[in-house]
Amino acid sequence: MKKVMTHLGLALLSTTMIAGATSAETIRWARGSDALTLDPHSQNQGVTHNFAHHIYETLVDRDVEGTLQPRLATEWSLKEDDPTVWVFKLREGVTFHDGAEFTAEDVVFSLDRARSEASNMRQLHVEVTEVRAVDDYTVEVQTTGPSPLYPDNLTNTFIMDKDWSEANDVVEVQDYAAGADNYAVRNTNGTGPYILQSREVDVRSVMTLNENHWAEDTPAVTEIIYLPIADNATRIAALLSGEVDLVQDVPVQDIDRLQGTGGVKIETGPENRVIYFGYRFGEEPLASSNVTDANPFNDPRVREAMELAVDRDAIAQVVMRGQAIPTGVANPPFVAGWTEELDAYPAVDLDRAQKLMAEAGYEDGFTVTLDTPNNRYVNDEAISQAVVAMLGRIGINVTLASRPVAQHSPLVTNNQTDFYLLGWGVPTFDSAYVFNDLVHTKEGSYGAYNGGLFSDPELDAKIQSLGTEIDMEARDATVAEIWETVKSERVLLPIHNQVLAYAMRDDITLPVHPENQPLLTGLTFAE
Amino acid sequence: MKNPTQGNAAPIVPPRPQGRLKAALDSDIFYSWRRSPVTIIATVVALALILMAVLAPWIAPYDPFDPSSLNLMDGFTPPMTENQFTGSTYLLGTDNQGRDMLSSIMYGSRISLFVGAMATAFAITLGVSLGLVAGYNGGMIDGVIMRIADIQLSFPGILIALLIFGIARGVIPANQQESMAIWVLIIAIGLSNWAQFARTVRGATMVERQKDYVSAAQIMGVHPFLILLRHVLPNVLGPVLVIGTIGLALAIIEEATLSFLGVGVPPTQPSLGTLIRIGQQFLFSGEWWILLFPAVTLILLALSVNLLGDWLRDALNPKLR
Repeated sequence: MKKVMTHLGLALLSTTMIAGATSAETIRWARGSDALTLDPHSQNQGVTHNFAHHIYETLVDRDVEGTLQPRLATEWSLKEDDPTVWVFKLREGVTFHDGAEFTAEDVVFSLDRARSEASNMRQLHVEVTEVRAVDDYTVEVQTTGPSPLYPDNLTNTFIMDKDWSEANDVVEVQDYAAGADNYAVRNTNGTGPYILQSREVDVRSVMTLNENHWAEDTPAVTEIIYLPIADNATRIAALLSGEVDLVQDVPVQDIDRLQGTGGVKIETGPENRVIYFGYRFGEEPLASSNVTDANPFNDPRVREAMELAVDRDAIAQVVMRGQAIPTGVANPPFVAGWTEELDAYPAVDLDRAQKLMAEAGYEDGFTVTLDTPNNRYVNDEAISQAVVAMLGRIGINVTLASRPVAQHSPLVTNNQTDFYLLGWGVPTFDSAYVFNDLVHTKEGSYGAYNGGLFSDPELDAKIQSLGTEIDMEARDATVAEIWETVKSERVLLPIHNQVLAYAMRDDITLPVHPENQPLLTGLTFAE
Repeated sequence: MKNPTQGNAAPIVPPRPQGRLKAALDSDIFYSWRRSPVTIIATVVALALILMAVLAPWIAPYDPFDPSSLNLMDGFTPPMTENQFTGSTYLLGTDNQGRDMLSSIMYGSRISLFVGAMATAFAITLGVSLGLVAGYNGGMIDGVIMRIADIQLSFPGILIALLIFGIARGVIPANQQESMAIWVLIIAIGLSNWAQFARTVRGATMVERQKDYVSAAQIMGVHPFLILLRHVLPNVLGPVLVIGTIGLALAIIEEATLSFLGVGVPPTQPSLGTLIRIGQQFLFSGEWWILLFPAVTLILLALSVNLLGDWLRDALNPKLR
């Protein structure tokens, strides 16, 4: 009965909305790929979070400059007499889409869920030992040691309703890599500014404005129709023909043409995301290689040779048409710990690369398969193809296996790849986030995206110390040390930082979000 | 007296020209070919494309499948224009990776033709065998085989090919998927096309089964397998040749469609469909040559083979003579 009443209420709401149609604005929003799942803690992935941010909310949020802003938490501070406890004051009067009230028990439930075994968000909460509700609107988070940067980790950890989750049997996080499914994968109940109305995976999702949202300013967009269009040309054609209003993933080759087209405009800006290649480490021979008695990638000389063979400038200029900033470190400039020295990259030197290959015993080269996504990052497949050609020059014969991101991503998280392309955005704006997932040995909450199983116990100890170091200078020094090792050991092969472009109808404006997670509440219409 | 009739008839009927070539040139089929200018053009185009594809490794100016020979800075060079960075010039320009379009098309046609021909051969072998068995035996076997064929004909071949491709992706270990891709493609397209061969052959076999020469062989105790192979098969092959030729054109297009959808051969070894998929990304940005040339080649290839099939159908059809 309650459900019927809510439905009736919604129907009434929507009719009043149509009646006062002056402000009803629908935005048809096209992207290259769909959210992988709607279970908020199942996939730590940009497109998935971007979609979820409209429906679910986090305790804290970040503005375009990168400073933390209150969202479901209004205040947060370290407990006065105990620096190992963070205290969050929660926003009062917030309700979930089904009408349930938002309280401290929901936060405790959600944070516990986000750090549970199957959660892909675990690494952000590694140092948490306990989350407890003090009263209905106060939550304390106990960490193993003082963890001054913990709130920075919360910008993508969404809050679910405890009762709803229990009623629908979604207390356990969907194990995406294992192909599991649950009710929360297609159904949502958040506190966010939009309510999910319908969802057809990879085809179309519809969200309408949540009239009961706590924010004072009502967004201009009242309905969002989300349309994943995998093909670049089709996506742009849809904008040009007026079928969609906003294209978030604009192919670099079309920027020039769109800038010269009437009725359409382009917003560009650097993204907080680095594109890199990852290697398989360990003694075991590579599954896809003709070298069957050793792992060529385990030899630092091979990794150095590969770095010297890759022409980052050519990729930026031809494949990316200038819409990329080549880099020598797998850390975007937005992130604390980035330095110009780290960012420098060696010039192409094929002679030296060939010498290194010969020294390593691979003068005749070797074969390997490169796994690449083809609908996730800007020109991802073309970047991989270019790298295949460049490595071919030093005798590394690479077979390219190109897949949509939904199939590529499990290969990395399940360690089923020898050589892969991935992009890494850093929502915490802190290097620890990169180290935790990409560099730390894959165990427990660490190393979820360390698909190549790199492992260095010394680095692991340093990485773990970052979580609870309160002396910021000492922490910065450790971060610098770790980067030094990661760079000199060539743990990753960074290529460039992406530059983002959004294309839209010329009477609307949506600024580029450095994490590529724009909220359509920030979209404005021209007068 | 050994066969007097033959000796007497010789002066009346003009002697057949000696040798197979002469016999072929004198045949009705060659006559109808000579009289159809469209067919002559189609033959010339098809032969030229097939020769170009077969000889690609020897006549192509570059080897686009050897990634180490590519220079990324050559990318997006327009046809017959000097590249501003490298100074190289290409007859048909280069694609986004700096691959020479002309060589890519030559090698691409090679893959397209190979996949098309192998898939058609596979479909014919499977379809003809099942059609013979079904038509000759009748009853339950016929019912089962033909109902499977009916089910398959009731939805588009491309869906079946996609389904088979999906299953193969799941079954084949990840590290062999790329090297197996071309064979999976052949099997997928072949399996999606066998039904029409089976149906045609089954019909023809049912007609032939009633004829005296089959009964004679049966009475002599010839094994049914040999009857099918030696006696029935040669008599039902005419229509198979016709739908086989048209099927080749269809298989080439199906391969292009699958590659266009991104489930075909790896992007580092592009077929015509893959080249078109790559090219269509640059439709809006003005690099028309990356799409146009492979597309025109595919059209010419499919059209010429199709026209040949049409002509063959007319030439072999006694009612139209």
